[in-house]
Amino acid sequence: MAKQHAKRRDPVSFMLRLLVRASACIATGALVALVGYVLIQGLRYMKPSLFAWTYTSDNVSLVPALINTVVMTVLALIISVPFAIGTAIYLVEYAKRGSKLVSMIRLTTETLSGIPSIVYGLFGMLFFVTALGWRLSLLAGAFTLAIMILPLIMRSTEEALLAVPDLYREGSFGLGAGRLRTVFKVVLPSAMPGVLAGVILAIGRIVGETAALLYTAGTATRLPDSIMKSGRTLSVHMYVLSNEGLHIGEAYATAAVLLIIVFAMNTLSAMVAKKIARGSNG
Amino acid sequence: MDKFRVEGLDLYYGGFQALKNINLTIREHEITAMIGPSGCGKSTLLKTLNRMNDLVEGCRVEGNVTLDGEDIYALDVNLLRKRVGMVFQKPNPFPMSIYDNVAFGPRTHGVKRKIQLDECVEKALRRAAIWDEVKDRLKKNALGLSGGQQQRLCIARALAVEPEVLLMDEPTSALDPISTARIEELAMELKSQYTIAIVTHNMQQALRISDRTAFFLLGELVEMDDTQTLFSVPKDSRTEDYITGRFG
Amino acid sequence: MKERVMRWVFALTACASIAAVILICVFLFANGVPAMAEIGFFNFVGGQRWKPSSGLYGIWPMIVGSLYVTAGALIVGVPAGIFTAMYLARFCNKRLYRFLKPAINLLAGIPSVVYGFFGLVVLVPLVREWLGGTGMSTLTASVLLGIMILPTIIGVAESAIRAVPEAYYEGALALGATHERSVFFVVLRAARSGVLAGVVLGIGRAIGETMAVIMVAGNQPYIPSSILDGVRTMTTNIVLEMGYATDLHREALIATAVVLFVFILLINALFAVIKRRMK
Repeated sequence: MAKQHAKRRDPVSFMLRLLVRASACIATGALVALVGYVLIQGLRYMKPSLFAWTYTSDNVSLVPALINTVVMTVLALIISVPFAIGTAIYLVEYAKRGSKLVSMIRLTTETLSGIPSIVYGLFGMLFFVTALGWRLSLLAGAFTLAIMILPLIMRSTEEALLAVPDLYREGSFGLGAGRLRTVFKVVLPSAMPGVLAGVILAIGRIVGETAALLYTAGTATRLPDSIMKSGRTLSVHMYVLSNEGLHIGEAYATAAVLLIIVFAMNTLSAMVAKKIARGSNG
Repeated sequence: MDKFRVEGLDLYYGGFQALKNINLTIREHEITAMIGPSGCGKSTLLKTLNRMNDLVEGCRVEGNVTLDGEDIYALDVNLLRKRVGMVFQKPNPFPMSIYDNVAFGPRTHGVKRKIQLDECVEKALRRAAIWDEVKDRLKKNALGLSGGQQQRLCIARALAVEPEVLLMDEPTSALDPISTARIEELAMELKSQYTIAIVTHNMQQALRISDRTAFFLLGELVEMDDTQTLFSVPKDSRTEDYITGRFG
Repeated sequence: MKERVMRWVFALTACASIAAVILICVFLFANGVPAMAEIGFFNFVGGQRWKPSSGLYGIWPMIVGSLYVTAGALIVGVPAGIFTAMYLARFCNKRLYRFLKPAINLLAGIPSVVYGFFGLVVLVPLVREWLGGTGMSTLTASVLLGIMILPTIIGVAESAIRAVPEAYYEGALALGATHERSVFFVVLRAARSGVLAGVVLGIGRAIGETMAVIMVAGNQPYIPSSILDGVRTMTTNIVLEMGYATDLHREALIATAVVLFVFILLINALFAVIKRRMK
């Protein structure tokens, strides 16, 4: 009631309220428009032939790209996760606060998380593809992505480790367990949901990535028979399709599939993260 | 003359009744002290007077509170708070310059011209007895002041909107004895122009500065009287127990 | 014994990020700097013409292009982002928040290509019909980037606003200020360095974005003379030509990435400074 008084008398407050509401509408409106449009158009063009086993220039099936995406994700995670978890364990469980190494690690991970994906792509091209002679290959792409997602997984693991109460550690030490045993048997298991949330978020990043892969994993359309061969992931496929402009309908459908996967990943990650929050409260 | 009149006030936080059938008056140009142990409801009552309780979720008020005979719940809440200023327990200057802190209120209420603002700011700072300490650094951040200075700045900030009443919620509990003495002195100077209600834990403070004192216990107003009378010949045995330090 | 070994193993994995940054710097600079030297630093960075077939390697139009679309993205994204953060933190009720917050997070998860595709099939025709031109323009890219940086700005700004002590808000209310005035002129002001950090992060995202821009910006290597002209950024320059570039042309593209990288490092440093000042 009082608020309505204010609305009438104070034009500044009225304007601010209006601006705030309008902005929130714009932000959500943009999301709804984008997602709605892509999904509706995508479902309209969705057809069984899109999921054919092989890609031909007439039928731009997305299945090879989908399989490449899965392979790429698994590879990148295998490479990145041990380093990310190792780093997080070092920072939380071993390192002395404020040591020079720690601040170096913090600085570099922050730098890594700010580097644009095209710069990663160029680096991958120069290092993995050319210098190491791997040529355009899934492996080169996976290594490039592994560096890119390193800070992401590292940070969520670190946060999860920090959230583990010191009581657990003291309890374990009290039973005569060494630091290593404590970390692996007590601390890491209770931090696992946090690690998982980070990993799932990283999967979302990998699935959505294009610029870092164009010149590392390439755009080959056939299903590669080895990880040393080139292959396009779903996002790269999506880009090439819309760039060629010949298969706009298929591009819509592919975009819809891509959106659905990324959303599923985000939702999953949020659910896992929420579970931790609830677990640590209870 | 009665400034505030509280009649049959019940206040609930959800299912918990924080104030029970409170009846009291706060007189113009007097300092009214509210004392009692923690959780007795004295701060809650103070926050009802300028409706800061509106912010608390699940807070429900029954009964009558009038300011100059007008129901405070019929008034526009922002106008009410302009007329009834408040100083908080912990000094809370805004993270901006000393000048902007004091000018915030006048600007909010429509003073735009620089000369007029300057005048308001200086007047408020002088009344709060802090002008001489800060006049050379008005553009400096207010968070750089000492705790006692910050609290006087907050008083100046409250005075700058030309309130009729000043509510003080344990204004000296976070301060050192010297700063406390200055604030008390200030309160006594201000009462000629304003009506002051002060919540305090410190019974000596109530005795030193207030004209009338209200003693609260478990959400009830046990006794209210002239400060001298209440502290020398309390009518209720619970009041006597409290002021002689037997509990709380 | 095992303890000591594992300690070293962990320390070693922790050095991975350091090694990665060093490798990235070394490889970019080693491949890009010689090209800059050959072209001449000022001819390269300040050169007005990019025409590799005639041996002209001036990336000034691309630097300006990156700055233009980034500025455009800020004009679109910063006010909307800050106001939305304000709405989430201080205006909307809990039920609405439970719906809006995940929605904003989803916005952050959408892949750049999907943004780009949406821009291509929706924004480009819109701009073409309403304002003329081809629709592939600085304006289109700015609007799209503005939407893309929204979740970054909203996220950081919202937590900064939430971190402001409630005492400031109450203090303003007690002076008779309305909810809106208290929130904007006191709370937002108290949160300004946090909000600024969000904006800087948004700048980093906008200047580094590639795929979305490439699909809607037209990509002409000239400084646009109006917002309806096409524009090419540093990032898109690399992707557009890396596929077929050789020799000096290729190195010039890598050198473009070096310039971009330096921009990013500066933005990161700025971010770090702001964050430190907040504490």
